[in-house]
Amino acid sequence: MSPSVDWAALLPQIFLGGGSLVMLTLGTLVRKRAPWWLPNVLGIGLTLAAFGSVVWQWVRVQDPSRGAFSTIAGTVQIDGFAVFLSGVVVIAALLALVFAPFSIRRAGLPPEEFSVLLLLSAAGGVTLASANDLIVLFLGLEVLSIAAYVLAALDLRRAGSQEAGLKYFVLGAFASAFFLYGAALIYGAAGSTKLDSVAAALAAGAGSNARGMLLAGFALLLVGLFFKVAAVPFHAWTPDVYEGAPSPAVAYMAAGVKAAGFAALLRLFAGTFSASSADWRPAVAVVAVITVLAGSALGVISGDVRRLLAYSSIGHAGFILVGLESAGANGTSASLLYLGVYAFMALGSFAVVMVMGRDASGSQPLAAYDGLARRSPWLALGFTLLLLAQAGLPFTTGFWAKFEVIGAAVQSRTYWLAAVSMLGAVVAAFVYLRLVVRMYLVRPGADGDALASQKSGVGLADDSRSGDEDSDSRPPVAVPRSVGFVVAVCAAVTLFFGVWPAPLLNLAGDATLAVLGG
Amino acid sequence: MWLNQFLVLSAVLFSIGVYGVLARRNGVLVLMSIELILNAVNINLVAFGSYVQTVVGEVFALFVITVAAAEVGVGLAILLLLYRNRRSVDIHDVDMMKG
Repeated sequence: MSPSVDWAALLPQIFLGGGSLVMLTLGTLVRKRAPWWLPNVLGIGLTLAAFGSVVWQWVRVQDPSRGAFSTIAGTVQIDGFAVFLSGVVVIAALLALVFAPFSIRRAGLPPEEFSVLLLLSAAGGVTLASANDLIVLFLGLEVLSIAAYVLAALDLRRAGSQEAGLKYFVLGAFASAFFLYGAALIYGAAGSTKLDSVAAALAAGAGSNARGMLLAGFALLLVGLFFKVAAVPFHAWTPDVYEGAPSPAVAYMAAGVKAAGFAALLRLFAGTFSASSADWRPAVAVVAVITVLAGSALGVISGDVRRLLAYSSIGHAGFILVGLESAGANGTSASLLYLGVYAFMALGSFAVVMVMGRDASGSQPLAAYDGLARRSPWLALGFTLLLLAQAGLPFTTGFWAKFEVIGAAVQSRTYWLAAVSMLGAVVAAFVYLRLVVRMYLVRPGADGDALASQKSGVGLADDSRSGDEDSDSRPPVAVPRSVGFVVAVCAAVTLFFGVWPAPLLNLAGDATLAVLGG
Repeated sequence: MWLNQFLVLSAVLFSIGVYGVLARRNGVLVLMSIELILNAVNINLVAFGSYVQTVVGEVFALFVITVAAAEVGVGLAILLLLYRNRRSVDIHDVDMMKG
């Protein structure tokens, strides 16, 4: 007897995974004759199609007469939670593909491989978000990660990218192995890999005769997934990978891979293991606190903008963990809201970081942003908005995300966690404000002037204000239209839903786990 | 049937694998250590599968074997890329970025 397959439920995977395989096959046939932008345009088309099917699934799931459903013998669960996070992953892939051509041209990334790997990784992320079986969860995690390892190493000529790929691979594969060992122990303790059956078995007191095995399984699953979402103390790879990997890949990792990793964490722990929440909540609380504080503190001492954003993404992972810790429908929707709004902040920020380029050693010192507001006012404005949102300033989406997460912690009566995360948010705000101050108030130093004269000596197009004593004589940063579009979209989403958050809050509130009911 | 002997064997293999990943300097040996952990998982899965009398454990193990092959393919490719540039697969040498 073969299980029934609801193909409509798998449409995003078909567009992303199937499309990327077709592209790979066709690409080997016509490689020499196809123009360089074709894979990128095809990739954008496929992600748009996947996004369309995600929207269609959302409408279907939210229709009260139909609701959440599962398919392929209950191994794939399409509920509000799955569709919301699939949407985040698909948007991350879409926007990364939109601004990737700049990097493809400048760094010489192979365009076809980039699109194919990004689509494959997104297919894994969508599978992970809707998995309802430990085997499917594992497959989604691996498809997501293996493609991401290659994406990190894709800038073949730059040693930093190779190093990023190696570090990401070794630690990621190590983490996957931990995850898998935990999954095997859970299977042993509960007698099934289906998450519904595992939840029912736990609620019925299964594993009480094998409690050690169950707890070891929780611990190993947590360690494996903490690696993937870059929570302290499993974060060591993050700064190096974010610094070395190509920027569009990093933007996708920060927005999409993190969302997919949290999809697994939330579905497993807030959903399936909610009956044993007393066992795992203390561990998550401790890691969340360390992650929030360490992410903020390390961001303060970091001297490279890519590393700074890496530490900030660690700090954000800590806040999302605060939502997971409160272990309920409120905490889950707060975490989802955070993942959704952080995706836009991360994509926009890394688009800006991409156009600012690298120095000879492959890094990007904070001084590169000195006086950016005079050189490229619009770019500086967009980046400022995204940074302020990450700091959690009111009237940006970042504020509502932090507000909801800390509110969920207060509701579940973990007041100390709420207090410490607010403290972490204050420290983190300093990190972002430092960069904003550099853009608006700091004049470029002596080395900046030397760079400026060197550049104008080369004869680059200078801006019309070059005669002005007050203005910086360096030319404005060249921002291609595609990058400008992504930064503008991300900043607009951040500001618009920051001022008018009701639709976003409702969206995240409707994205419930079927297992939690509602 | 005794379950314990398989779980102990698997735990020992897992520990050896973790030690290998943490202590070995040679990239290829690190890959082999990761494979060791995955095979420890396979032993666990098959043992549990035969203990609870379902075929799911064996099916899971088959998936693990397949994915492990894909993973090691990517890992060897990245190591090869590194070897071409540095003439070494010592992963402790790969520490250009620090901070």
